[in-house]
Amino acid sequence: MTAKTARLHIRRGTPGAPARTETFAVPFEPGNSLLDGLRWIRATLDPTLALRFSCINANACKECMLELEGKAVYACTERLREGDMHVAPLANKALVHDLITEIAPRDERLLD
Amino acid sequence: MIRLESDVLVIGAGGAGIYAAIAAARDGCRVHLIDRSLIGRGGATVMAQMTVAVALGEQCPDHWEHHLADTLAAGRGLCDPALSQLLCENAPSRIREMDAWKVGWARENGHLKQVHAPGHDRARCVYVDFLNTGPAVSRTLRAQLNRIAAIRRIGDVLITDVVVHEGEAVGAVGLHLVSGEAVALQAKSVIIATGGLTRLYRRNSGSLNMGGDGYALALRAGAELIDMEFVQFFPIGHLAPRMIGMDPIMWDPFRYKLGGRLLNAKGEEFADRYGQAESGNYVLTRDVATYAIFKEVEAGRGSPAGGAYLSFAHVPEAELRKAFGPVIDRLAKNGIDLTKMPVEVAPIAHYHMGGVRVNAAMQTRVPNLYAAGEAVGGANGANRLSGNGITEAFVFGERAGSAAAAHAKARTASGWNDAAAARALESIGARGRADSAPNTAALLVELQALMSDKVGPFRTEGNLRAALERLRKMQQELGPFPAGGAHYDMVCLDWLDLRNMLLVAQCVVRAAIERKESRGAHQREDFPGMLPEWDLNQRLSWRDGELSLARAPAAPAPARVS
Repeated sequence: MTAKTARLHIRRGTPGAPARTETFAVPFEPGNSLLDGLRWIRATLDPTLALRFSCINANACKECMLELEGKAVYACTERLREGDMHVAPLANKALVHDLITEIAPRDERLLD
Repeated sequence: MIRLESDVLVIGAGGAGIYAAIAAARDGCRVHLIDRSLIGRGGATVMAQMTVAVALGEQCPDHWEHHLADTLAAGRGLCDPALSQLLCENAPSRIREMDAWKVGWARENGHLKQVHAPGHDRARCVYVDFLNTGPAVSRTLRAQLNRIAAIRRIGDVLITDVVVHEGEAVGAVGLHLVSGEAVALQAKSVIIATGGLTRLYRRNSGSLNMGGDGYALALRAGAELIDMEFVQFFPIGHLAPRMIGMDPIMWDPFRYKLGGRLLNAKGEEFADRYGQAESGNYVLTRDVATYAIFKEVEAGRGSPAGGAYLSFAHVPEAELRKAFGPVIDRLAKNGIDLTKMPVEVAPIAHYHMGGVRVNAAMQTRVPNLYAAGEAVGGANGANRLSGNGITEAFVFGERAGSAAAAHAKARTASGWNDAAAARALESIGARGRADSAPNTAALLVELQALMSDKVGPFRTEGNLRAALERLRKMQQELGPFPAGGAHYDMVCLDWLDLRNMLLVAQCVVRAAIERKESRGAHQREDFPGMLPEWDLNQRLSWRDGELSLARAPAAPAPARVS
């Protein structure tokens, strides 16, 4: 199989600072998930990219929620595709860092 | 620094941790239940696909002594019989309690349905359809948890050390990931329920948070680890084609219900060449199946992606749909039609038999420190039976919670010491910029590759020694302090994970080098065959920054079940 390339435009930042968009070219085999691509970016290009996930592939933990093209999705069940993909943190949750938002139930947070 | 205080501190909110918290609160204690991830979402429990072993006698007559006999036989002579007995004897009460809490165990003709899993002498495993045991168990435990006011649940807190003062556990320190602030939690009893170490391996069936945290915490606190060489590989983890939104161990339930055929590249069944014939039923134990698949691949008879084929093409579509309903549609979305094609499977890191050494009250040798669930070593010896994982989470969780509560109630104060906590926090204080640190994410990937390639189920002295040398170098490359440290800083988090994972990986390798025989999940190509002189458990401890390894004769099985 020939590797294809996705261009991931990722909105990054921390609370209180202006957000920036960074673009990463991610090679992939057909079938790979968006989460595969984000993990590849961390291991290969930029380990500071912040994202939250737990079960990796089973869609059991529901922790890897983020926005793709403005829609809330699970990174583990979206496939990478050739061309541009726009990734951002959930808009309706408080930003923590890059793609991580505050998704814990209110009574399970340490501070609030 | 954020300060918290409770009677019982539970580290890890999977099945064992939640059960421990419920039991401790039931006995009148104030509990803090802490997880590095979200409560009840990480860990191994939520990933369980099917079987929970318990001698209920619903499907056919049974007694916990039969379950114990099977558990001890699977453990190849190395189980701690007191822990195995606790597991089997208390299993029925826990499984009935979960039933009363409406977990939804599958039923048939007015009784709980139990299936016959490999290594058991009869139908003994309850489950929740379809492939839903883990999610159902997690949901049920969370519902119980949420009703109990005495339990405070806190997610996104990574415990970095148990605080020890004058030889006793007095609480723990950690990092609140969201804010980057240090947290100090004092408690009269501390329970480690952080699960296993599957994250040390490239292909694994666990959650991200299973990097062996609890083993490292226990070791640094002065507790012993036992049987660390025994990592269980689940033989038929999904390999190809790439699937999303499915658990890699999902083929297990398919085999329970439909049998299935395990084939090599030539389309031949091969298990009989390795001592266990299948003849349409699912009887292969995990260690033998793992061995058989590796050997077929080594002989050049593997599938294209490097595993074996698993085929259900002989099963009529109606039967597939009856057994797995909506799962068949999820497979179709992944381009998989089981009536027309086999899938490729290969062994995948699944469970750790080794762990923290405890007595039958789940106490470690460090006063006030307990362990529960997969974090505990000893109950399953050299190889765990299918279905004992969730059962031990419930049983050991309940036992640890109850014992830790009784102990906490007998104490007047935690014995907390600020200086001891400050020392523990100082060693993890982040300094320097994350973007100038070594690529921690790449180091993690390298560690997983190293463990998979050199410390998998098949081992040689040369590979193990090479792994140990590389692990020590990686420790130097990692550096003495983490970088970064603000809001959910991934580089700092990776550093903290690597600190534990490198230590735990060295425990596995050290014990594996010493054990010069092959037994259960530990197969030495240079020492084939099980030797009676190795009827020993190896124990690891940590003194003055060095690991030390000791041996003790394995406890004999009780006469009536041996």
